Amino acid sequence: MSTISKSDVAYVAGLAQLDLDEAATARLVGEMNSILGYMEKLNELDTDAVEPMMHAMALTNVFRDDEVKPSLPRELALRGAPLHDDEYFLVPKILDTEGGGA
Amino acid sequence: MEFEAVIGMEVHVQLNCKSKVFCGCSTNFHAPPNTNVCSVCLGMPGAMPVLNREMVTKSVAVGLALDCTISRWSKMDRKNYFYPDQSKNYQISQYDLPINHDGFLDIEVDGKSKRIGITRAHMEEDTARNTHTLGGGHSGVDFNRCGLPLLEIVTEPDIRSADEAFAFLTELKQILQYLGVSDCNMEEGALRAEANISIRPKGTEPFGTKTEVKNVASFSGTYKAIEYEIARQTQVLNEGGKVIQETRGWDDDRGVTFSQRAKESAHDYRYFPEPDLVPIVVDEAWEKSIHELQPELPAPRRARMVADYGLSVYDAGVLTQTRAMADYFEATTALAPDAKKVANWITGDLQALISNAEGDIRVIKITPTQLAAMINLIEDGTISGKIAKEVLVDMFQSGDDPKAIIEAKGLVQISDTGELEQRIAAVLATHPAQVEEFRSGKEKVIGFLVGQVMKATQGKANPKMVNEILRKQLSN
Ligand SMILES: [Zn+2]
Repeated sequence: MSTISKSDVAYVAGLAQLDLDEAATARLVGEMNSILGYMEKLNELDTDAVEPMMHAMALTNVFRDDEVKPSLPRELALRGAPLHDDEYFLVPKILDTEGGGA
Repeated sequence: MEFEAVIGMEVHVQLNCKSKVFCGCSTNFHAPPNTNVCSVCLGMPGAMPVLNREMVTKSVAVGLALDCTISRWSKMDRKNYFYPDQSKNYQISQYDLPINHDGFLDIEVDGKSKRIGITRAHMEEDTARNTHTLGGGHSGVDFNRCGLPLLEIVTEPDIRSADEAFAFLTELKQILQYLGVSDCNMEEGALRAEANISIRPKGTEPFGTKTEVKNVASFSGTYKAIEYEIARQTQVLNEGGKVIQETRGWDDDRGVTFSQRAKESAHDYRYFPEPDLVPIVVDEAWEKSIHELQPELPAPRRARMVADYGLSVYDAGVLTQTRAMADYFEATTALAPDAKKVANWITGDLQALISNAEGDIRVIKITPTQLAAMINLIEDGTISGKIAKEVLVDMFQSGDDPKAIIEAKGLVQISDTGELEQRIAAVLATHPAQVEEFRSGKEKVIGFLVGQVMKATQGKANPKMVNEILRKQLSN
């Protein structure tokens, strides 16, 4: 039986950039354990003969053709941003060079 | 202690689709910031991504070229992290079911072949570009790059030196260019290589602590960064220190790597299947149709050029550097049978003209048919090799047929025995001293006399005949 501890919740909260107080942390420990408990229950089933499912919908290969469609006018694209300079979205200065995904 | 380097590469390649991977925005690199953006690539709530079919086709083409297994079933996943190079707080990538896996690429270093394992080559979206030069305590984000079709190619830690890394990158780039799936323009970031480098005592198995060198703008930069990093880590260990696992940048001006960030907490990206995109099935028929469109790749083409045309390995290597040059060579030599001569003209004079003009063999004015005609005119004695060089320059500028140029400029070689005898007699008459020298045994002076004859005929005399007639007249 895997159980979720307070420090697990704090770790996940940190990754999700959530600021949790004591009460919220305690509540989440309970909730997450009950979710995992449910999973444990499912794990009791024999699924050896069941094909793994990759997606909730029984669809595959939904593609678009490689065609350029009009983009948004820049003014519109930037309109919802908290801060911009009419060219760029502005964010607080990035200090470290910690690259993102790619 | 003697150490050995263990290097794995991660190469990001922008595939040259017209539109982005999940939306119809243009992939044009030169557009003003944030003009190729829409609700999908800006990650607006409710926007739904739809995968570009061409992205899959091109990715599989690369996978096949790298001898990968193509996944029958594949899916997209979310890679979660916070950083202002995307707006969704996740990047759509592939985690446990990459489209291509378990391949290899053979490279050659110092005449020895070596196989580099390819762990995987997976599809993902590129991220936005950050600019830090705006001032005012802000960084700018340009989402034009966000969502560009990206293929990440990951190797096994099979590379042992900067030379091998360089050979790997060069061969990989050549394959990508042959396939026509990427512009591979490094200045524009279409090809980005990262190296994971560690060292271990020679003859031991366990890996040492690795550093990751990122943001290197050229292959030669990668080469130098790896050399530097191996030397740096060796020194750290020899002084009893420990290598810290971290990302390091490369300062090309100073020729050093520098620490960018310690990876104390390894990233936990909490990948999970992307619910907005359905699985991708590449069945046998689709794989086969992509396979059938594959061009001949650089390595087999090099081998065939050596076998079919009797070229040296070196010449075959030079001629196959680009598919266009290899095509040009083959089209020319189909009409001018001396392949070695054709190779020399293309890699020598023609290549020099193209380089000087910063041109491209795909769009030059000289056609393979014209080049073949020019080479045949040398072979049949119409023009000398020396005159041909001038003719080639003219052809390069005007695009005219060699025959027309030769006739218009009166460059036809003098191969008329009577005329040559006269011209040579005249030269000998004006150089009695040299004639005496020759007759008293100074054979070398004949070179000077040949030169005088060529000068008197503006280079048009048939050199072989000049030599023969000169010797005959001198021995009289
Ligand atoms: Zn878009």
